[in-house]
Amino acid sequence: MNEASFPQLSTLAVAERATAAEAIVARGVGFSYGAREVLRGVSFTVSRGEVFGFLGPNGSGKTTLFRVLSTLAMPARGTVSMLGQDLREASRTLRRSLGVVFQNPAVDAKLTVSENLRYHGYLYGLRGAKLKERKEAMLELLELKDFAAAKVQTLSSGFRRRVELAKALLHEPEILVLDEPSSGLDPGARREFFNYLLKLRASRAVTVVLTTHHMDEAERCDRVAVLHRGQLVALAPAGELKRRIGGDVVVVHAARPELLQQRLKQRFGYPVTLVDGMLRLESPRGYLLVAQVVEAFGEEVESISFGKPTLEDVFIQLTGQRFFPFADAESADAQSDRT
Amino acid sequence: MIGLGLQIWSLWQREMRRFSRQRSRLIGAVLQPVVFWFLLGAGLNGAFRPPGAPPATTYMEYFYPGVIVLVLLFTAIFSTISTIEDRREGFLQGVVVAPISPAAIVVGQALGSTTLALGEGLVFLVLAPLAGISLSLAGVLATVATMAVIAFGLAGLGLALAWRMESTQGFHAIMNLILIPIWLLSGAFFPRAGAPRWLQSIMSVNPLTYAMALLRGSLYLRNFEFGASAGQTGLAVAVTIGFAALMLMLAVSVARRGLALS
Repeated sequence: MNEASFPQLSTLAVAERATAAEAIVARGVGFSYGAREVLRGVSFTVSRGEVFGFLGPNGSGKTTLFRVLSTLAMPARGTVSMLGQDLREASRTLRRSLGVVFQNPAVDAKLTVSENLRYHGYLYGLRGAKLKERKEAMLELLELKDFAAAKVQTLSSGFRRRVELAKALLHEPEILVLDEPSSGLDPGARREFFNYLLKLRASRAVTVVLTTHHMDEAERCDRVAVLHRGQLVALAPAGELKRRIGGDVVVVHAARPELLQQRLKQRFGYPVTLVDGMLRLESPRGYLLVAQVVEAFGEEVESISFGKPTLEDVFIQLTGQRFFPFADAESADAQSDRT
Repeated sequence: MIGLGLQIWSLWQREMRRFSRQRSRLIGAVLQPVVFWFLLGAGLNGAFRPPGAPPATTYMEYFYPGVIVLVLLFTAIFSTISTIEDRREGFLQGVVVAPISPAAIVVGQALGSTTLALGEGLVFLVLAPLAGISLSLAGVLATVATMAVIAFGLAGLGLALAWRMESTQGFHAIMNLILIPIWLLSGAFFPRAGAPRWLQSIMSVNPLTYAMALLRGSLYLRNFEFGASAGQTGLAVAVTIGFAALMLMLAVSVARRGLALS
């Protein structure tokens, strides 16, 4: 056996992989539970090496989408191709190239970190020196080396999530699919967890697809797909989505928000939305609006703030009942007032 | 395809590791049947004369193999029932997205469960002298082999139930309405010979009756019609092995349906 044949072989393999430039191509994906349609024609493309986030509230269909992408559910309508292979035809073989992190823990808390990784490795045909090498690499990558012999139940929630990630990456998947990976983590631990995902992006070896309802998490993805009632309502980098909002967002806390909402509308003619007890207004120059509101209704305002739009603002704008881009909103609001 | 053996080994080993960390499970699964055995055995000792048994046979002795099967039943069922929660929010989530066949999952689980049940059964087997049964080496070997096949069958039954169920809530009803009656009507508790005719017919179609008879036969290594009257050894062996095979196939088919991509 001549040594030179190995590099040649691997170059060939790389070339073959590279032909499927997209990690995931989904076209018109639909899914129903009985009569309830949870996904209605979802289409998107995820490039290789991308960190791609699905943002949506509970019931938006993102967990079903996760189930489709992790080969647990087959789309009733539409097609999904992953790594150039059709999901319907190749779900078994695709599984080798997928790493999956579930919302609920899938590591066995009674076992040690090392044991969890070992048994996971066996399931993917890893053993002996290769398994040991992969295990070491994962413990290194996720900074779990000192905890290899610790039972998972003795670890903090942030560490446990890292064990989940180590497990999902052990068999060198090409696509990592995560469902609400940071659920149950405090914001600090959430940021930290995401840093590990970004570490993966730096290597560009793994494509990361995740679902989330945390704005801060979605903002850190390369691109965000906003999911609402089973449909994609937006798909773009977070920054671009935010620029679609025209200017600043002014948020008012008031003792009687409904009353103030009416009065603000009457006085300024601005569309004012009430979200979670907070009044929100958009204005190209929010600081001017702050002054005006305080001057007119200082008595009723408990606090007022303005800031650059966040993804949350984008989300409210896209999915809130009466919230449209500023210029359109005025007329839409005026129209609905008239009827 | 990835090595089937390695995948099964993974699931089996995980079960062993888990169990070794939960000693209380071991004690719990043996202690309850032991208490049963002592209380019922002592209480019924005077009143009970198994038909067809040597006059000296006490109820403690008669009931002893029945309690072995109860130990196997408890362990097998409780270790398999964890499947229900495990596949929704536990280790099995990761297993079902791995490149593994449903059959390999079920076999791995069943072997794990069987091993645990066998371990518990062996602990209980140590008490045989208290029942007045003196075991020969051949008797121990035959008994262990029989226990293994019975445990495997019960594990299959447990898995077939667990892979079908969506929550553990309905499980107690199944335990009380199906599993305990199957055990009660297997000759574990009272011999078939003395029962009313309608009960006898039910007992004769209960596969566990044959397993029970085989176990008695293994313990004594002689005519195991004693107290159980299930017919010849061949029939008892065939039914016991057949039941185990059938339950495994059932569990695989239920799991396959549960994992089928909808």
